[in-house]
Amino acid sequence: MSVHVGQAAEAPAFPVAARKLLGNAQLRRNVRHATDVIRAKRAKVVAEAPDWQELRDSARHLKDHVLANLDRYLEQFERRCTSAGGKVHWARDADEANRIVVEILLEHQAKEIIKVKTMTSDEVRLNPALEAAAITPYETDLADLIVQLGHDQPSHIVVPALHRNKAEIRRLFMEEMNLTELGETAEDLAAAARAYLREKFLRVKVGFSGANFAIAESGSVCVVESEGNGRMCVSLPELLITLVGVEKIIPTFDDLEVFLQLLARSATGERMNPYNSIWTGVAEGDGPREFHVVLLDNGRSGVLADSESRETLDCIRCGACLNACPVYRQTGGHAYGSIYAGPIGAILTPQLQSLEHSQSLPYASSLCGACLEVCPVEINIPEILIHLRSRLVEQGYAPLTERIGMKAAAVAFADGSNLETAQTLARIGQAPLVRDGMIRKLPGMLGGWTASRDLKAIPGESFRDWWSKRPVVDEHAKEHV
Amino acid sequence: MHIELFITCYNDTLFPDTGKAVVAVLERLGHSVGFRAAQTCCGQMHYNTGYPREAAGMMRHFLRVFDQAETVCVPSGSCVAMIREHFPKMAEDSGDHGVRRAVEELLPRVWEFSELLVDKLGVTDTGARFAHSVTLHTTCHSLRGLKIGDRPVRLLERVRGLRYIPLAAADQCCGFGGTFAIKNPEVSTAMLGDKMGSVLETGAEVLTAVDNSCLMHIGGGLSRQHAPVRCLHLAEILAAQEGEGEGGQ
Repeated sequence: MSVHVGQAAEAPAFPVAARKLLGNAQLRRNVRHATDVIRAKRAKVVAEAPDWQELRDSARHLKDHVLANLDRYLEQFERRCTSAGGKVHWARDADEANRIVVEILLEHQAKEIIKVKTMTSDEVRLNPALEAAAITPYETDLADLIVQLGHDQPSHIVVPALHRNKAEIRRLFMEEMNLTELGETAEDLAAAARAYLREKFLRVKVGFSGANFAIAESGSVCVVESEGNGRMCVSLPELLITLVGVEKIIPTFDDLEVFLQLLARSATGERMNPYNSIWTGVAEGDGPREFHVVLLDNGRSGVLADSESRETLDCIRCGACLNACPVYRQTGGHAYGSIYAGPIGAILTPQLQSLEHSQSLPYASSLCGACLEVCPVEINIPEILIHLRSRLVEQGYAPLTERIGMKAAAVAFADGSNLETAQTLARIGQAPLVRDGMIRKLPGMLGGWTASRDLKAIPGESFRDWWSKRPVVDEHAKEHV
Repeated sequence: MHIELFITCYNDTLFPDTGKAVVAVLERLGHSVGFRAAQTCCGQMHYNTGYPREAAGMMRHFLRVFDQAETVCVPSGSCVAMIREHFPKMAEDSGDHGVRRAVEELLPRVWEFSELLVDKLGVTDTGARFAHSVTLHTTCHSLRGLKIGDRPVRLLERVRGLRYIPLAAADQCCGFGGTFAIKNPEVSTAMLGDKMGSVLETGAEVLTAVDNSCLMHIGGGLSRQHAPVRCLHLAEILAAQEGEGEGGQ
């Protein structure tokens, strides 16, 4: 099996990538502005939903139920989709998914396809596989188009070009679409994209989509979006292929009631997505004549097997955790080296691909808890980050200095008398570094702290020293000394 | 009431004045305070960095030390969050029925300092006087873990002479995050920069919080910039009285 998540295995470690991005003032302003706007909109529409917590509870319950019965629901989906005229394929990993898709396209002698936002296709790196088979993919979601034209990487789950501002996009469009004139407003840019894409919608015979939800009871697929470009992709072409991660299954059509409310409000701060496309197999005289679904594992069954972190698969890809995350808000998404950025990316990428290839991601968080606070399905991301850290330590990936330090600290914390000794030793050890009660430069790994911050020195008397000199007035204390 | 103090390892070592202030406030309110010298650490650093086995050892030690304690006061939001959020699962994982029961019995008796005052002791006026302008950093673990709400503000508002100035973007992390500040120093520093900006914007003389760990971080950044803002744990402000107010580090 070859499980990979985009090119995350080759990406630089988070701190290295982050350091570089922090130097890009324009990108940081773009990210800050965009996340501020979405956060404010989300906060407003969440506050107006009186049953928000009930919706979250229901969604979480539904998702956990699906994960506990995933085999059954997947097979039900396959049966219903097949009987509605769809063809269902199973892909164990990225390579197998790409092979299946390329084979279908070659069978139809397709030279071009139009795609609507499908992160899963970025996960398996479908576009390079298509290009290798001389098939040209056109991204049609506006943000994905911006990323594709710029030979760029997505930086956000919902808003892939969030790191770009209007002026940058205008320049890009003029160059890539060969425009001599283009206005500066958002409307001008949207009009240029429309003209560019409309021609593709009308010409290209094959559509490709991801799925927000796959409904087991009916074999239907649901895609939500804001532009209508997705609606064109899934309804105009003759052949439609949909790539779906196996965790996207929900049991019934009625369950959409819960998820569509949560997703729109969490993702874009809208009460409802402008376009909600739901289709079932093929229908004579309406939409594509041939429909294929590729169900993708690519490491998901491995995530499912870990009871400590399987709730990662509950994610509905709303991106609220990215917008809320103070780390993401500083660096943007590229620092995570994966198409799955932000807090959810920091737990999903290392679990899908081998932990060894994303060692730095579980540490890319201050564990502030803002992600859990906004998550519509209440994935305990901080707890899972900690779990992944412990797996890294267990597998021997933690630096030696850290392991020694933690062992030494554990000895110090074994008893009060040990701690007292450690305090004395630390006071002696710090002496050459202290000036005016502050340490301004620390050696080795700890130097990261003092590069920008002073460190308060350990004072001459600890609390326990002070207490031990107090006249004993307390009977309870005596017993426990 | 008799209150046992869990000072926490870093307050014990780095911030003894906070412990003294907690003792002063509680005694002034007519309570007796005990300090069990065998106490060490709640295990948070080990647990959060990926060393749950070592952390479990510290949890067991904590349970032994505070066995039978009726009320435990902890002047650190993040340590209380560690105890409340993680001890139950760690006890479950230990497979030891005795440990599970001990955790269950202990949890309702552990109080963060401001929770203890407001909820358990029903006090917002601690008799303090502190004639300075003060802003409050709402620490992540107290905000989201403990859901501490406006308890610290209610306590500050009753301090004589104190002018409270709210902090903008108060729910944003200061970038400390324990080993995060070491493993990702640049991102941590960028987050700190935003936080210091908000603090300086208030023009307050003093920055306070219920966690010295965050204050050590923000204070370290302010010190590097020679910014004239003092960082003081909430307890040190509440301990201050007429003619004092220079409680300090």
